[in-house]
Amino acid sequence: MLAGVLTSIAAGICLLLVVLMLLFLLWYTWPAIRYNGLSILNDITWNIGNQYGSGSSIHNGVAAEPGAEFGGLVFLVGTLLSALLAMVFAVPLALGVALTIVYRLPERLRLPINALIELMAGIPSVVYGLWGTIVLVPFVGNRVAPFITHHFGFIPFLGGDAGSGNGLFSAAIVLAIMVMPIMVATVRDVLLAQPRSVYEASMALGSTSWQAVTHAVLPSVRTGIVGAILVAFGRALGETMAVLMVAGNAINILPQNIFSPINTIAAVVVSQLESAVSDASGVAQRSLAELALVLFVISLAVNTIARVAIRGQDRSH
Amino acid sequence: MVSHVSRNVAISRFWWVLCIASLAGALLVLLSLFGFVFVRGIAAIRPDIFFTVTQGIAGGLANAIAGTLLLVTLAVLLVVPIGIGAAIWVTQFAPDRLRIVVRLSIDVLFGVPSIVVGYFLYVALVETLGWGFSLVAGSLALAIIMLPYVYRAADLAFSAVPRDLVEASVALGARPLTTFLRVAFPWALPGTLTGLLIGVGIALGETAPLIYTAGWSNYMPTLAPTHSPVGYLTYVVWTFINEPFKESHQLAYAAAFLLMIGIFVTNFVARAAVEYWASRTRSHA
Repeated sequence: MLAGVLTSIAAGICLLLVVLMLLFLLWYTWPAIRYNGLSILNDITWNIGNQYGSGSSIHNGVAAEPGAEFGGLVFLVGTLLSALLAMVFAVPLALGVALTIVYRLPERLRLPINALIELMAGIPSVVYGLWGTIVLVPFVGNRVAPFITHHFGFIPFLGGDAGSGNGLFSAAIVLAIMVMPIMVATVRDVLLAQPRSVYEASMALGSTSWQAVTHAVLPSVRTGIVGAILVAFGRALGETMAVLMVAGNAINILPQNIFSPINTIAAVVVSQLESAVSDASGVAQRSLAELALVLFVISLAVNTIARVAIRGQDRSH
Repeated sequence: MVSHVSRNVAISRFWWVLCIASLAGALLVLLSLFGFVFVRGIAAIRPDIFFTVTQGIAGGLANAIAGTLLLVTLAVLLVVPIGIGAAIWVTQFAPDRLRIVVRLSIDVLFGVPSIVVGYFLYVALVETLGWGFSLVAGSLALAIIMLPYVYRAADLAFSAVPRDLVEASVALGARPLTTFLRVAFPWALPGTLTGLLIGVGIALGETAPLIYTAGWSNYMPTLAPTHSPVGYLTYVVWTFINEPFKESHQLAYAAAFLLMIGIFVTNFVARAAVEYWASRTRSHA
């Protein structure tokens, strides 16, 4: 069967692609893993070393330029903080939008609104970044940040330097806007998959429509919603361009408040590659690959948990 | 009792107002985005940007438009046999256990950040194999990004082929290949094409996986598979907006506008295809 053989090759490529990617990155990264040890996760300083100095800096038998240090803590913290803060903004909004679509929107408005949400999901990351750079960042820098640091500065992480607008806050807003359509679509489908009778029975027992939602509808789809949030969280962790354009490109410093410049793993792989290529020892490039590998593993973990959650929801229906 | 009930009604109304406000807020953001891109984009579009190449940070977008089209076209040619072939194997030939494994690996691929795909190909193809920034490296990156979308749509479409149709064809004495080509394939084609179009929309807007695979070029792309960088529209949006010149900003807005139009058209065609397909299968049933 020629067709069977040919198509099985295609399936084999799909199967091997992920494995190949992981193994190749691991092989390529290996010297950096040995050089960096744990400092890739808990060191603040990223420094490709003195390229014109003599001698070299050797850790575990791997040589880099003198003074070279490849700490990824700033990027790891930036990645997690921006994605988490994005969830803080996006989750209530997405729930509100999805509930409105399912329980409040007249039938004839549903189709156009759904189409708009779908359109929003299709906008490229770099266009969100453009909008963020020109519209959002100046607004945050000139209005939001000074207002919040002035009036709510007594709350931890809200006080201090208001910054330029490029930073954690803007990155989280852009991420929240970007992941919201996916979250809305998933939550909406989870709500629609549930029998309408759950909502109606609760209403018939005399509860208000909001009580029906909070006491009857939402508890029964909890795992599905958690899955939707995790999928969106995974997206936010790996998002590159929009974050790169608004996050402020911080290096060697941890964020001091929510307006501080930050950097994420995805963004730093783009912004530091040119400098890493100039590292004659090659350890800088391999360390960037190690960061990419760390991001790969985190995304994989988040997505696996999300899938288990969603499958659990499907089974309960 | 009455006050208790009316308090609950008031609470309910309060939360629903917040929910509706969140929808209004989302639409407002969308309006701001569209307004921004369309107003600035239309103002920045001049006929000559379609015919001149970028010069440094000015000039036109001809090279970027041609590069984007070339990269996406080659990516489609790469992803179609792999994605659709794999889906056909999984739905027609595969033993149960392998079926699950292939679907799982596609799920995993969905979750891989695009920058990781880009950096992997940079290290593997551009550096280790020494291809340099090139058309093939860039297209492969886009093909890998598109693969899960194309595969999943094809898998769903081929899984949805009605069993009784296939059995009827077999009962009439058709060979397996004939059954596949004349029954299953026509049935699954529209759904598969829709998935492919959605993938094209994603590929048009990708930046991160291209930066270190396709590179960037001020010249019209050549068909050379390797050792020849290719320009593309998303690069213009990303870099030209950070230049201090008005002319480069205009090009960034024009590029963003063209991208949005391209993506809207592909998504619209995909959506229309779904509607058409749904109405056609309904009339057959």
